[in-house]
Amino acid sequence: MHMKRPWLLVVVAVAALVVMPPYLKSYGLYLISYWLVFVIATMGLNLTVGYAGQASLGHAAFFGIGAYCVAILMKAGSSFWLGLPLAAVGCFGLGLGLGFPALRVQTIYLAFATLGFNVAVWLVMRNEEWLTGGVFGINDVGRPDLFGLSLDGSLAYYYVILVVAAVLAALLWGLLRSPWGKAFTALRDNPIRAESLGIDVRAYTLLAFAIGASYAGIAGALFASLVQFVEPTPFSLSVSFMMYLMVVVGGPGYFFGPMLGALVGVLVPEWLRFAQGWYLVAFGIAVALLMLWLPGGLLSLADRRQARRRARAAANARSASPTAPGAR
Amino acid sequence: MIAPLLEVRGLCKSYGAIRAVDDVSFDVRPGEIFGVIGPNGSGKTTMFNTVLGQIAPDAGTIALNGEDITKLSPRQLSRRGVGRTFQSLQVFAKMTVRDNLIVAGQEHHGTMASRIFAPGDNGLGPAADALLAQFRIDHVADHRAGELSYGQQKLVDIAMAFMSKPALVLLDEPCAGVNPSLIGSISHLLVELNQARRSSFIVIEHNMDFVQRTCHRVMVMVEGRVLAIGTPAEIHANKHVLDAYLGN
Repeated sequence: MHMKRPWLLVVVAVAALVVMPPYLKSYGLYLISYWLVFVIATMGLNLTVGYAGQASLGHAAFFGIGAYCVAILMKAGSSFWLGLPLAAVGCFGLGLGLGFPALRVQTIYLAFATLGFNVAVWLVMRNEEWLTGGVFGINDVGRPDLFGLSLDGSLAYYYVILVVAAVLAALLWGLLRSPWGKAFTALRDNPIRAESLGIDVRAYTLLAFAIGASYAGIAGALFASLVQFVEPTPFSLSVSFMMYLMVVVGGPGYFFGPMLGALVGVLVPEWLRFAQGWYLVAFGIAVALLMLWLPGGLLSLADRRQARRRARAAANARSASPTAPGAR
Repeated sequence: MIAPLLEVRGLCKSYGAIRAVDDVSFDVRPGEIFGVIGPNGSGKTTMFNTVLGQIAPDAGTIALNGEDITKLSPRQLSRRGVGRTFQSLQVFAKMTVRDNLIVAGQEHHGTMASRIFAPGDNGLGPAADALLAQFRIDHVADHRAGELSYGQQKLVDIAMAFMSKPALVLLDEPCAGVNPSLIGSISHLLVELNQARRSSFIVIEHNMDFVQRTCHRVMVMVEGRVLAIGTPAEIHANKHVLDAYLGN
């Protein structure tokens, strides 16, 4: 992002997220909280898929593990503030494990390996009633306190989610601008060249999965206290597909892609509810058309224009210095 | 006598019944530009990839500064100061030219843990800019590599191999697909880098003018075997080489 205008947009969007919610009705507040939860989850998936180039269809499993981690611990009397970091650390560890197939297989084969993981975790959530409550789930999941201040209200809890999302976005921004970010991109674009340059392909692949998984775990933990009822359905394979779709629609490998993609994935189906029974069909058609128009996602539109400008500038530079060695 | 930088002994690699590399032995001396020529299918690139840890050899040993590196991975070789370029362009198309050079050198500075807190260029920005200026592509430093002409991308590709200040660089057909004036520039750049850094190069190339102008010694491979090793003049006068490759 070299232009100033997108940053202005970001400032306006952040200001709106801070100022607007007190004026929203409870359903609007719920939707925007729900969107933020998915922004966090898909920021992690964008790191794995968009930046590191690893196909992952098991993200909802980590989302669910985070949710159950908080729900089970809070039911046992523990604090949300213990459950949240445990969800992150636990998913980081499991993400490292899930990354191992990526060291052997890629693309669709890796997608199926991660898909299998999602199915296995979902079956545990559904069948291990002693731990997860099975299909009946876990009711009355609480919301956190902070220094004696109750964050039980929808608005207060919304701000908790907003702060966590902002912190995680800042951390990811820093990570992507560090040498690690370049290593992830190199790994995605050309792993053989990356390794020949000394990049530890194995370590970065595993870390891309692990960090992405920990983001999903944190999102799941926040989700559990948002909906206050945890059961297996929101962590099924279809949710992994939806998260992947959010990343692809927003623009994989674009920092703000998940914000936009989650907006499409969460809010567009709600706006299309006027179509009643056809709303998901309308959503599917809208997404298919969007992908035909912009296969690189919504944010690739600005990038496409920028690429054209750069190509023109490069052509001008070439014609300006015809004797340079690389001028051809 | 100066100890060789690279010693390759009895290297063999077969694919089924085909012996792509057959008992190849050679040395590369410190500061030497060592050319490898031969017809297509003579095993040059397979030998290259075997030396570089991309392909496991069936037999033979490879030593760098006396250390056995036969079973090391490309990453481990990179850490020991071995750089390379590939036959086809291998730049990171979506990164800027400067970032291509920075990512090429960043893993050689600090630890993985320290790099997460390091600035984006890992302190390599000035070194990248200097190399870009030397390659005369500094005017496109902020352009995405994928948007450049083939010749410019070729220069980026070669420059990347030098960012980690390697002791040995293996270049696979650096002149493939580039115009004659650029071939002269690449030759000049390699000689300049060789003299300034005292690093050694192994260069696979078909362009004999380039080989004669650039290389100190040349190895000729035919059907996976070494046919001759000598100075460019010796190779040019070698009857077997003339018969098998260069022609009369």
